[in-house]
Amino acid sequence: MNTTIMLFLIQDGITNGAIYALLGLALVLVFAVTRVILIPQGEFVTFGALSYAMLCTGTVPGTVWLALAMGAVAFVLDLFTARRALHLNRIGRSFALNLVFPAAIVAATYLLAGPKTPIAVNIVLALLTVAAIALYLYRLAFQPLAHTSVLVLLIASVGCHLALQGLGLVFFGAEGLRGPPISTAAFTVGTLRFTGQSIAVYAVTIAFIIALWLFFGTTLMGKALRATAVNRLGARLVGIRTTLSGQIAFLLASVIGAISGILIVPITTLYYDTGFLIGLKGFIAAIIGGLVSYPLTAVAALVVGCVEAFSSFYASNFKEVIVFTLIIPVLVLRSLAAPAVEEEGD
Amino acid sequence: MSALLEISDVHISYGKVEAVRGVSLAVADNEIVAIIGANGAGKSTLLNAAMGILPLKGHIAFASENIARLQIEDRVALGISLVPERRELFATMNVEDNLQLGAFRIPRAAAAQSFERVYALFPRLKERRKQLAGTLSGGEQQMLAMGRALMGAPRLLMLDEPSLGLAPIIVADIFRTIAELRASGVSVLLVEQNAQAALKIAGRAYVMELGEFVLSGPAAEIAANDRVAASYLGFQSEGAT
Amino acid sequence: MIDRWPLFVFAAVMAAIPLIPGMPPFWIVLLDNIGLAALVAMGLVLLTGVGGLTSFGQAAFCGFGAYTTALLSTAYGVSPWLALPASLIVSGVAAVILGLITVRLSGHYLPLGTIAWGIGLYYLFSKLEFIGRNDGISNIPPLSIGGFRMLDPHSIYFVIWTAVLISAVLTMNLLDSRTGRAIRALRRGHIAAEAFGVQTPRAKLLVFIYAAVLAGLSGWLYAHFQRAVTPTPFSAHAGIEYLFIAVVGGAGYVWGGVLGAGIVVILKEILQSYLPYIFGGMAQLETTVFGILLVLLLQLAPSGAWPLLMSWWPFRARRKHPDTALTLPGRVRSPTEPAVLLQIENARKVFGGVIAVNDVSFDVQTREIVALIGPNGAGKSTTFNLITGVLTTTGGAISFLGKHVDNAPPQEIVKVGIARTFQHVKLVPDMTVLENVAIGAHLRGSSGAISSMLRLDRADEARLLAEATRQIERVGLGDQIDQLAGSLSLGQQRIVEIARALCVDPVLLLLDEPAAGLRHMEKQRLAALLRQLRDGGMSVLLVEHDMGFVMDLADRVVVLDFGTKIAEGTPQAIKTNPDVIKAYLGAEA
Repeated sequence: MNTTIMLFLIQDGITNGAIYALLGLALVLVFAVTRVILIPQGEFVTFGALSYAMLCTGTVPGTVWLALAMGAVAFVLDLFTARRALHLNRIGRSFALNLVFPAAIVAATYLLAGPKTPIAVNIVLALLTVAAIALYLYRLAFQPLAHTSVLVLLIASVGCHLALQGLGLVFFGAEGLRGPPISTAAFTVGTLRFTGQSIAVYAVTIAFIIALWLFFGTTLMGKALRATAVNRLGARLVGIRTTLSGQIAFLLASVIGAISGILIVPITTLYYDTGFLIGLKGFIAAIIGGLVSYPLTAVAALVVGCVEAFSSFYASNFKEVIVFTLIIPVLVLRSLAAPAVEEEGD
Repeated sequence: MSALLEISDVHISYGKVEAVRGVSLAVADNEIVAIIGANGAGKSTLLNAAMGILPLKGHIAFASENIARLQIEDRVALGISLVPERRELFATMNVEDNLQLGAFRIPRAAAAQSFERVYALFPRLKERRKQLAGTLSGGEQQMLAMGRALMGAPRLLMLDEPSLGLAPIIVADIFRTIAELRASGVSVLLVEQNAQAALKIAGRAYVMELGEFVLSGPAAEIAANDRVAASYLGFQSEGAT
Repeated sequence: MIDRWPLFVFAAVMAAIPLIPGMPPFWIVLLDNIGLAALVAMGLVLLTGVGGLTSFGQAAFCGFGAYTTALLSTAYGVSPWLALPASLIVSGVAAVILGLITVRLSGHYLPLGTIAWGIGLYYLFSKLEFIGRNDGISNIPPLSIGGFRMLDPHSIYFVIWTAVLISAVLTMNLLDSRTGRAIRALRRGHIAAEAFGVQTPRAKLLVFIYAAVLAGLSGWLYAHFQRAVTPTPFSAHAGIEYLFIAVVGGAGYVWGGVLGAGIVVILKEILQSYLPYIFGGMAQLETTVFGILLVLLLQLAPSGAWPLLMSWWPFRARRKHPDTALTLPGRVRSPTEPAVLLQIENARKVFGGVIAVNDVSFDVQTREIVALIGPNGAGKSTTFNLITGVLTTTGGAISFLGKHVDNAPPQEIVKVGIARTFQHVKLVPDMTVLENVAIGAHLRGSSGAISSMLRLDRADEARLLAEATRQIERVGLGDQIDQLAGSLSLGQQRIVEIARALCVDPVLLLLDEPAAGLRHMEKQRLAALLRQLRDGGMSVLLVEHDMGFVMDLADRVVVLDFGTKIAEGTPQAIKTNPDVIKAYLGAEA
């Protein structure tokens, strides 16, 4: 094998793997806290990426209106559930979160969107939009199902994925889009060429991993999220709202998803339905990590990225097959290593 | 008597089975109240409903405020705390984190005070503060569960079978601590199968059978009641040395 | 035992539908599709809803069934009827191979594993030359009887729905049997089932194959209905959709699969035909609306539509009571009673550096009640798990009737006559007391899956149920026999566990905190029962915290603390032993 090709493939694999790592971390987070296997994570990626790409052409993406519409329904739902005990401050809070916030996003987007809007502004607008959608998605689809089984949550999750993917087609059309890179700088080390964009991918991934680690290890809210993941009833008994934990988990996941999208849309053309496959690969990393371990997930994601890069070079026809069958031996190993005893203490 | 917790004519059902039928109860400020009875009598069900884990039909008020529609988390914020039968600790987190989360709803400064108070009450927890909760012994886990519940400085502490599965020697310790709590201004509602130990520290007691209170009154009177002695104190008193 | 008349009414209605004059053929096609989906969903009900094994890969098994018959009937000119067994066998064999790898996956790994091979197999179908790659196989001959060729949706309708009805009946028969109880116990974890001799990996593999064969049957019908196959209907997406169907209909119910198929197929049809009118050109919104409706349905009925429908159904099935005159042959016991029944020598268990059981030795003799006491975490339950084969020892030896049994699997331990109860009750809450207890007699029956499906197991089954009934009456729960185990109090559930253990006809009974949750009278009754069992020749080893109960009942007491035996002796000696008082009882106990 040619070393240059190998290095190039590894570099490509690590760039993709970093993205899968981010998505895998988000999936682990959401699953641990809410027991939802977040299939719509892929839609957060595409919504973030394509909203950003549209904003960069000066067009207002339909996602902002979706955020407002979902917020409105969430507000009505809040009113309905609280109909027996209407507290003014609770209604006020719901009004601000579900109506004022998305309306502000719509207004800001119309005000700021234009062909000359700075990239940073576009990124912020896209992130806010996706975050709002995720927040309301949790409220509308998952909060009412919080007490049900993992299987029901999973099916609901697939339902959300279908719904959002259909909307994605309406908002962005069947044609793929590309966005402008965050940085156009580039340099070479030996035979390898590093673009500013790939450096941004690495930097953002590492920053997120460190930030998440600090968040969960040191902050009270981070610990509260872990507590919810470990013992839901225990968390409620100390006053941690499951809904709050769920909202935060969805917010984090959506921001991570949207950022991943924004990072890759300058590198590859994204279509309205690309997110699903990208999400699935993050998912494979998360599975290999056992849906519990963050560091293992990150490492697994890099492996998945590299395997993908190599198999698309050597057997592009069977690329997906190879990536997806990769997890079966891992699953078997994990399963064998898992303890045989259920919760049987003294 | 100004009741801190007041429950009247409460019914609780699991599906079609009615587990608690028309029960009324009051806990005053600074009082230890015990509910005794066999498992399955509905004691834990009543406690869980009082915490908001199960829905109930009837009236329930805390400090004169109707709390029937409040979520668990809102009841915690009002000053009710439950130590459930299964403890529900955060097993993969250390003792200190468990305690810190117990103070989730109160300001940081107050939490520091709570730490001191809880560590004074259970010095064992201070020794083990970096140990994972799941690796503690049964008695230590019970201490941690109680400590976590006390971190939020509750006005009413509800304990569900605190002696379950513990060595008799530790049970004695736990009950001593519960008795001490009253001195610090916390009211206690205690559900216990170990009737003898519970009646020793309680001011008043209720006897529950098949979802109903069949007897209530000062704990000393209950302990002296023939029927209670025969049904609930039987083996325990025989086994005493 | 279940009233069958609603089934006959349903069959009659289904048979009459195509005969209604003026019935649009389009509706018949729809019903054909519902039947095809129902077959797959029914398998998923058994696999996922009942057995607790979630699979996203069922569409791939349809693919095996469809491609097998397509290939055989086109390339080799085999009659479709002869290709049917081939289709079923290929699906079944594929299930065995995939099942051997994936069924052992625990928890969430299994569904994820099934997604993986679901996607993998789809790509395989679309890449293999001999089955036409993406173009698939066309010109498949129709089904025919004599000269009658089933070319239209009307004629194959009868074949499809006959298959659905027969499969439903067979599935329900299977669930209401010895094997069925073993399958239904899977979802609640494997430990309890294995403690009574159920080979859980085999039971899992069985439902896996059963579900795959049903999917294969659906695939076979599909191939001759469409008369062409392509890879698309067998993709992972289709697999996910089958799971939708089962969950929406009610994953725990055989008819939930059929109902779910009806709901989803009709819903999709309506969306496809009417949405374009509502949204003008935006036909893309079809998936969006479908997704939203799916989420709404789940929110309205999280356990599916079938139980919701059943709660309105006015008729309750009657249950026949077992004839307790029937008996099962008892265990052959050695004529000369050995003195030592169970011998534990220096048993040791280390969990990742922590010594849970530290060189513990004690024995249980014939006709003896031995109590194991000590604080939580002292290693009592771990000792139980070592004896019953749930855990393997790190060192030492355990022998029963002179034979080494350490590290034998639980299924072997129960065969030699050791039966147990659990500290955390392990009953199947949505099964009746009778059904739960009958699991205890699992090894004393012999009927397998096939005979259960065909109802050839009734004599065997009647004897098992009679034995279970006798043991339930013996422990005093005769009035609760038809109640769901989950609706009993915890104390009563512990007693149900004892009845289940007695069904083994054990030599040694291991009870983990049997008296917890009982009141004084009930404890006395339990103590009397245990004494009576001892006097009848059984030995009992029990873990218990109620010192009054233990001291009154036990012949001998063994005290554990931090995994180490600190004392052993008669209750009287233990009560006054200074070490025990210091470590466990305390001064005032």
